[in-house]
Amino acid sequence: MTEKERQQLLKKQKTGELKPADRYKIPPQDMPEQDPVERTSNVNEVATGYTETHARLEAMRCLQCKNAPCIEGCPVQIRIQDFIAAIADGDFKKALVIIRENSLLPAVCGRVCPQEVQCQQKCTVGLKFKDVGKAVSIGRLERFAADIDQNEGGAPAVAPETGIKVAIIGSGPGGIVAAADTRKAGHDVTIFEAFHKPGGVMVYGIPEFRLPKAIVQKEIDVLTKMGVKIVCNFIVGRTRTIEQLMKEDGFEAVYIGVGAGLPRFMGIEGESLVGVYSANEYLTRANLMKAYDFGKGADTPIALSKKVAVIGGGNVTMDSARTALRLGAEKVYLVYRRTEKEMPARIEEVHHAKEEGIEFHILQSPKRIIGDQNSHVTAIECLKYRLGELDESGRCRPIPIEGSEFQLDVDTVIIAIGNIANPLIRQTTPGLQFNKWGNIIVDENCKTSLQGVYAGGDIVLGAATVILAMGQGRIAAAAINKYLEKKPKSHKKPG
Amino acid sequence: MSHKIVSKSKLSENVFTAEIEASLIAQAGKPGQFVVISINSEYSERIPLTIADADPEKGTIRLIWQRVGKTTAELADMKAGEKIANVVGPLGKPTHLKNFGTVVCVGGGIGNAPLLPIAKALKKAGNKIISILGARSKDLLILEDEFTPISNELIVTTDDGSYGRKALVTEPLKELCQRDQKPDQAFVIGPAIMMKYCCEVTKQFNVPTQVSLNTIMVDATGMCGGCRVEIEGKPKFVCVDGPEFDGHKVNFDLMMKRLDAYKDQEKKAYEQYKKHRCKIGLA
Repeated sequence: MTEKERQQLLKKQKTGELKPADRYKIPPQDMPEQDPVERTSNVNEVATGYTETHARLEAMRCLQCKNAPCIEGCPVQIRIQDFIAAIADGDFKKALVIIRENSLLPAVCGRVCPQEVQCQQKCTVGLKFKDVGKAVSIGRLERFAADIDQNEGGAPAVAPETGIKVAIIGSGPGGIVAAADTRKAGHDVTIFEAFHKPGGVMVYGIPEFRLPKAIVQKEIDVLTKMGVKIVCNFIVGRTRTIEQLMKEDGFEAVYIGVGAGLPRFMGIEGESLVGVYSANEYLTRANLMKAYDFGKGADTPIALSKKVAVIGGGNVTMDSARTALRLGAEKVYLVYRRTEKEMPARIEEVHHAKEEGIEFHILQSPKRIIGDQNSHVTAIECLKYRLGELDESGRCRPIPIEGSEFQLDVDTVIIAIGNIANPLIRQTTPGLQFNKWGNIIVDENCKTSLQGVYAGGDIVLGAATVILAMGQGRIAAAAINKYLEKKPKSHKKPG
Repeated sequence: MSHKIVSKSKLSENVFTAEIEASLIAQAGKPGQFVVISINSEYSERIPLTIADADPEKGTIRLIWQRVGKTTAELADMKAGEKIANVVGPLGKPTHLKNFGTVVCVGGGIGNAPLLPIAKALKKAGNKIISILGARSKDLLILEDEFTPISNELIVTTDDGSYGRKALVTEPLKELCQRDQKPDQAFVIGPAIMMKYCCEVTKQFNVPTQVSLNTIMVDATGMCGGCRVEIEGKPKFVCVDGPEFDGHKVNFDLMMKRLDAYKDQEKKAYEQYKKHRCKIGLA
């Protein structure tokens, strides 16, 4: 597109003369990325973000549908067409104000939400071209609006103090939303975090090259500006129990957003050998503990791997594989027992992983892990699989092919096949009800079996995404605010 | 929220003790539990340390550690009044305390530190306590004075015979097991290799034995699984399923290999640290 054409579009946008036909003609704007070869030797962000030129062009592709189907696809109901209109008009600040009404984490969500199955899946432009890849890039625009305003970060308004104490357990995405929404209602909100830094999966799990930690911190700073207290190194269930928080410490409502919990292993021979990691451990060492700087300041080591097998097919699998490359592995295999079509990972992540040289081994799964006399991993023995009938997950069931064993030489194995619920809250909270998988049972308002106690995110859903956890945090916070409004006033009025 | 070191002293050449401010942990902590500390929030590693004692009224806990690598050396170089950025806990399951009858408490080296609060609590629960404390030499023996008042019988061994009996702890342990009235229960804490051999002895005599494992940890809340050990062939997490286990079921050989997983890197980091201390004239 020539500069002249672009200027004409902007002029039409300004005067309100931009027609759908004009909008359809604007090509989808790609986001600049670091070169695939270059980026595997650094931990900097892969996608470098839209420029103003990209952003305004992309925003003008939005048809401004009256019914805004995109909003239905958003778990936190951001006024998408309005913030996009503001970007098209060049009013980036207004765009961010609109987003912040419903989400405190635009820089995060713009990067890690699976927009292709949410807002962008519903986008009329994408439907028109029969290609979700040609939908308006809502996520990239959200990220643009957040990034361009990083230093201003005005905090949302807070209602007059109620003096009612609300405890939020876990500072991940769900906890952040629940904290923000209950704080907006004027409550005295404290977040309790087990780690030494807030952010949950956004700081320990999702890698720097996909979500820079400084960006997460800036979004969390907005919470602090709102007056939310954050207490780190506090393990609810150990340091204090929920019962103590409510009966002795004066908290009148609690939101449990403790996240996934224990890593799932496969139950195969050799899983405790040296060099076998859960994805949780591998990513925590690499991200939160900054093992990529070991010997250059950071104290936490990580395996110096040459050949790595990562087991699984989700986003965490891709993150682990790509992290291993950046830590210097020469060869990284991704071993998945179904096919690429069934992978739960985002298409974009699969694409990035392949582009960086991760070798995909589909329809394969390890049968055992083999070690040497020092108990160090030397290989995995895999079985080949074929796909069978649909199973309860709606995907084709993988069926092992008998006698198809073969070995893959590796020195490191990362198991990224999901998590099971952490039992800590269950063991220390009498009366709280759990399902047979150890997940907390909640109603449609995220209310648990205990009065004043709400829960959401992975500890309820089993495995979710950042945005689904945020959606639950929002539902729970609304229910908490309502509950506290009706609750007889046992608290002291603020002096 | 950082934690001030109230006092600090040396127990032996490489073993240090400090009392640090941590009021919530002091209130909640029970025998057998531990904390995870990291000296600063940016780059420090997280290491598990036993709560050797707690004073809920003063709001302090007592830590005991051995200088074996960079972080423990850095901690040893800190002074009273300085602050540790992160202390989290209490972690792990508390010791199951009851009146077993006669309990033999076997401590090896730094293992005497986690053993002390357990032995104290067992004494309080009405048990007769026989303590066996082992060290490589006299200089390395710690906490004898604190075990004396709670022990009905106290046996000290050193590898080189510089103090007490020249023996490994397994010898007096075996003799106790051979008595007409063998111990009803054993608690063994120390280096993995020592726990392994003690468990071989007690197994032979059918004396139930609890061990407390100190593996490599990151979060210590069950999330990473780095601390896993094999118990009867099944993976268990030391941080949430332990740290205490039935010693007769632990795969100590594998545990020792896992403890050495980062040996080279740890050594390098420690050397770098020592060099740095020399350079700035502190060592």
